[in-house]
Amino acid sequence: MQRTGELFGQFQNLDQQREASSLGMWVFLITEVMFFGGLFLAYTINRSAYPAVFAMASRELDVHLGALNTGVLILSSFTMAMAVWSSQQGRKKQLIAFLIATLVLGGVFLGVKYVEWSAKFHHHLVPGSSFAFPEAHGDVGTIAHAQLFFSLYFGLTGLHALHMIVGVGLLTWLLIHAARGRFTAEYNTPVEICGLYWHFVDIVWIFLFPLLYLIDLHR
Amino acid sequence: MSSQAASPASTPPPLNYLNAHYGIRSWLLTTDHKRIALLYLASVTFFFILGGTFAGLIRIHLLTPRGYLVTPETYNKLFTMHGIVMIFFFLIPSIPAVLGNFLIPMMIGAKDLAFPKLNLLSWYIYNLGALFALFAIINGGVDTGWTFYTPFSSLYSNTSVAPAAIGIFITGFTSILTGLNFVVTIHTMRAPGMTWFRLPIFVWAHYATSVIFILGTPVIAITLLLVALERLFHFGFFNPALGGDPILFQHLFWFYSHPAVYIMILPAMGVVSEIIPTLSRKPLFGYPFVAAASMAIAVIGFFVWAHHMFVAGQSPYSALVFSLLSYMVAIPSAVKVFNWVATLYKGSISYDTPMLYALGFIGLFVVGGLTGLFLACLGVDVHVHDTYFVIAHFHYIMVGGAVMAYMGGLHFWWPKITGRMYPESVARVAAVILFVGFNLTFFPQFILGYLGMPRRYHNYPPEFQVFNVMSTAGASILAVGYILPMIYFIWSMRYGAVAPRNPWPGTGLEWQTPSPPPTENFEKTPVVTWEPYDFYNRPDLGLTGPEPPSPPGSGPALSPAGDD
Repeated sequence: MQRTGELFGQFQNLDQQREASSLGMWVFLITEVMFFGGLFLAYTINRSAYPAVFAMASRELDVHLGALNTGVLILSSFTMAMAVWSSQQGRKKQLIAFLIATLVLGGVFLGVKYVEWSAKFHHHLVPGSSFAFPEAHGDVGTIAHAQLFFSLYFGLTGLHALHMIVGVGLLTWLLIHAARGRFTAEYNTPVEICGLYWHFVDIVWIFLFPLLYLIDLHR
Repeated sequence: MSSQAASPASTPPPLNYLNAHYGIRSWLLTTDHKRIALLYLASVTFFFILGGTFAGLIRIHLLTPRGYLVTPETYNKLFTMHGIVMIFFFLIPSIPAVLGNFLIPMMIGAKDLAFPKLNLLSWYIYNLGALFALFAIINGGVDTGWTFYTPFSSLYSNTSVAPAAIGIFITGFTSILTGLNFVVTIHTMRAPGMTWFRLPIFVWAHYATSVIFILGTPVIAITLLLVALERLFHFGFFNPALGGDPILFQHLFWFYSHPAVYIMILPAMGVVSEIIPTLSRKPLFGYPFVAAASMAIAVIGFFVWAHHMFVAGQSPYSALVFSLLSYMVAIPSAVKVFNWVATLYKGSISYDTPMLYALGFIGLFVVGGLTGLFLACLGVDVHVHDTYFVIAHFHYIMVGGAVMAYMGGLHFWWPKITGRMYPESVARVAAVILFVGFNLTFFPQFILGYLGMPRRYHNYPPEFQVFNVMSTAGASILAVGYILPMIYFIWSMRYGAVAPRNPWPGTGLEWQTPSPPPTENFEKTPVVTWEPYDFYNRPDLGLTGPEPPSPPGSGPALSPAGDD
């Protein structure tokens, strides 16, 4: 299809194009909810089956790093929202600044995640034959169930980190196009829908943080 | 449309989507939904032949009670790969990705889908997943059954489970992105005047299918990903030794894989809902109910999955609920069947090939659907669970239903797709051969199953041989019924009679554009001023009804003006 300006040939006008893009992203986010939903279901079932072991295993996680990352992501959601707002106002410099800020915060999150994961490898908390859980004092059942917790931990945070990496890629793409001045007050749909994606990934973390880090903190 | 048959543009061969560009690049980099549909046609046909070959080997093996053709291990791999190939690489993409892709933008009066590049990407993703599956096949095959039940698939099977699971995982994104594309297109790209209740039922059916694509496919994706992670990285969600739950796998698997049956049958119902009114020259009976029935099937279809697990040890109370819900799916399905039959009633029926397939569909779908009710019945299911009764039931739905409709749809829109007519008399013979062959293949399996022959066994007691021989004989007839269309379809692309714009004639927008259509589908954006399937008030198509437009029961489909 031919493209005239920012209007792709299959659309009649920019309004239709914006509506389609935005609806497309919302539908995609629904599929993402279902995708993560499978893992959350596995979490729910396993935690209700082994609540005590999950609480014990949860204490192995570094709640300070988790809290730091939560703060980082909430801040990045703010900067992303500001980026969307700036693009709607047609303020190019501000848009670029907020995109860079979001990108940096996303990078910080992934860096902290890397530190956390390497600590888990170091402490033999990775599911598999070398898995070790000293708090179990040799109880086979507890070790097995703790392994389930860490399977969930790596599954959920790994999948989330993968989405963060995709998000960082999208932000980089946005940044390049923003620098070329492609986004104006009239045309900013890419910024808007990438923003939707970024907020979604943040929200997933908002659920992950209490479910993984905080389940035993009230004691 | 304004331009009628006698426009001067028809003297030189006009530019259409097939001859607008030439060369392999113009196909592999196309974003035209019509060309992408043909790319899918090539891919799914390849997998249909592959899966059919596996089925043929299974049937030959089962000619004798001891089974001399292959070893038991190979037999396990054959039925597994038959299932994986046919379900994930043929049936699920067949009608949506080929006919849906080709027709939806034209039926709603759009130039293309909302996201053409995403559409092309979907085809590449399909092929990437297909490569993984082919690798699994060449690498020795998979022996878990297409259901991948844990912990056999995750811990014990020594075959290529991970490549197959990853292949299906990847191909799932084709479904997700296609469903997303369809939903957005149907919501935002309809031509002026094309209101929701003027949409052809084919579009409604694909909308319902897309909902299942969007809500169901991600769940099978995460499930198979977990199986792969369990095999590769020792995750333990489905491993009882770690306290994981194999039944959880079954729940997650069937949460997608039961609605997947509706992914196969809903588009098929959409095809039949187009063929029947058109070839009986009568408005579709009860249009809003047929449209709503599609949505109802999609919604209720998500709450019946555990009827696959009646003997898996679930609570009897949940089994009761799932049994009841399974019965409820029969209601919208029956609504559709009755509406098709009521459409035929006093219609001016022409027995062209698509109609033969549509009529075959109704009969076979009713048999498949009613035997599905037997299986939804808790007591009966215990008796026939995992027998050939189940095999026969779902082949009546998937082959007798989905594939029959797919064939009917290919014939129905072949003039539009290629600009050529298929040879009618050969095609009718092929349709009858297919119908006879199908019934001879699968009806004996109902009896076999009821007598107690279990599925997935490589041998059987000698008293079952007569039915197995009948089934294998039927399969060979069925094969003829599939090979014939492949030959004459290819023949017709070069030698078939040149198709007119609207050969049947049909009332949908896709018939208003030349055959084959130009790349942009329409010369100018159409404006819809008529109601769907109005075969009585379309003088522009030469359709004026023999009676004033008030036959009983047709509801809003016949009201002279739109309700918008």
